[in-house]
Amino acid sequence: MDLAKLTLMELRGALRKGQATAVDAVEAIRDAVEKRDDRVKGYIGADFEAALAEAHRADLNLPLGGIPVAIKDLINVNGQPCSCGSRMLAGTYRSPYDATVIRKLREAGAIPLGRTNMDEFAMGSSTENSGIQLTRNPWDLDRSPGGSSGGAAAVVAADTAIASLGSDTGGSIRQPASFCGVVGLKPTYGRVSRYGLVAFASSLDQIGPITKTVEDAALLLGAIAGVDPKDSTTLQAPVPDYVEGLKGDLKGMRVGLPKEYFIEGTSAGVRAAVDAGIRKLEELGAELVEVSLPHTDPAVAVYYILATAEASANLARFDGVRYGHRSEQGHDLGEHYRKSRSEGFGAEVKRRIILGTYVLSSGYHDQYYTRAQQVRTLIRRDFEEVFSKVDVIASPASPSTAFKLGELANDPLHMYLADVFTIAANLGGICGISVPCGFSEGMPVGMQLLGPALGEPAVLRAAHAFEKATDWHKRRPSLGSTCPIPQG
Amino acid sequence: MPDPDADFNVGYVAQLCRLELTAEETVQFQEQLSGVIEYMKKIDQLDLSGIEATAHAVPAFDVYREDEPTASLSLEEVLRNAPQKSQNQFAVTKVVE
Repeated sequence: MDLAKLTLMELRGALRKGQATAVDAVEAIRDAVEKRDDRVKGYIGADFEAALAEAHRADLNLPLGGIPVAIKDLINVNGQPCSCGSRMLAGTYRSPYDATVIRKLREAGAIPLGRTNMDEFAMGSSTENSGIQLTRNPWDLDRSPGGSSGGAAAVVAADTAIASLGSDTGGSIRQPASFCGVVGLKPTYGRVSRYGLVAFASSLDQIGPITKTVEDAALLLGAIAGVDPKDSTTLQAPVPDYVEGLKGDLKGMRVGLPKEYFIEGTSAGVRAAVDAGIRKLEELGAELVEVSLPHTDPAVAVYYILATAEASANLARFDGVRYGHRSEQGHDLGEHYRKSRSEGFGAEVKRRIILGTYVLSSGYHDQYYTRAQQVRTLIRRDFEEVFSKVDVIASPASPSTAFKLGELANDPLHMYLADVFTIAANLGGICGISVPCGFSEGMPVGMQLLGPALGEPAVLRAAHAFEKATDWHKRRPSLGSTCPIPQG
Repeated sequence: MPDPDADFNVGYVAQLCRLELTAEETVQFQEQLSGVIEYMKKIDQLDLSGIEATAHAVPAFDVYREDEPTASLSLEEVLRNAPQKSQNQFAVTKVVE
């Protein structure tokens, strides 16, 4: 039995039955990484020694006892590197503390293991903006795993991880999950503490699980969710038993189909797979309701105004004084800042800091930033209106399957527009999941299910019922390439 | 070279956010970001009179916690990631002549 290929629930069962130990589980991940990660390169690094030490002490009676969980490289794990996929931090920074999600994972018995690759500071949709390395899609090594949590999705798909934690600011969990054929859950804003998550856009960021099944996502969410005095935006709401909530059928569940999400521009293969998925939900007893989200069209513009504005402020902290890269060339303070930042940040991060600074600058603030916040109100109201009529919304997670590496790398606007189905959920602060619903030309397609704030139980129940009735999530990639792998 | 009269001058904004662009980056970012800004202008067409602004999807006000002292990072931990330090302090580049 290759333990790395198991789901979280299967591994938990094996550990509890005494068929394997936590040390076996960590060693199985190490073997899988050695065997398979050289092709995918989902991991930036992994400290197996530290994980083995934790595995020896693991309490298998805890909810996640002895389970290794891969961590996106922007979540702080005490003593481990946290590079955010950036040369600004790579090779120098080590976390002096645990993020709240890591503390909670440890309290539940899990073992944080490995740092997964990402677009630099989570800015991107393909993981090509990583300053460290290129990650490949396990289903076709010439394609992107999506982003920004591309590594976190790729390692789960390649069975080099049991499950992982990613972060989602505009789709960065759901889109890579859909590209890699795994499950990705973005919780409601405030459901999971952001303490120890390196901030990109603070009003939009949210940590969530990437897993092989919906049940695994439910279990992991239950472990990391909840109020945190260290994050004042966490919601004062009890955490339900999400796994228990998966029970029950879809009879009477109302599934909204926003007409703005079923338009031209989505590839025919994605459309066909998602349409079939929606028919399956109907067969399972759900009632389909056409709905409208009228402010979908401006959502991409609003997102890139607000996210870059917040990023420009958040990334001001990288000044080459307390941590991160410091230029040797800075002879006065201004030069010190400019050189340190320009040498440390990659192109996309620079573009977004500039864009964010521009929309906040004198004379443009009201035209862009304030107006975008007003449109955000309309987007939020759209969702409130729709969720007064339906329980969940179904749509594609992305208009296409995974793009070829390099395809959109020099076309930021086109890359931004590819986030059209995922970003509104972050603006509205609601929850959503991507669940495998088929293939198009050999590449996985994800169906997105959105729910209202704190609507995770309904979203998970719908996704779980769908998953039980289909076998898309059971397919595994061969780690092959349709073309010869480019050298270098 | 970027048009100095244009609304968006990448060199000027880069200065505001303490970035130094190469000549190549200046040309490339000016063109790419002008395209993105043009796209952002689609929100100009919406009638937003009377619509309040949303800063956070889930508004939270006056969140307090108990004012209890807890352990903080040690001096050594705080300084461990500093690129330059001196006498138990962060070393900064000279700011006075």
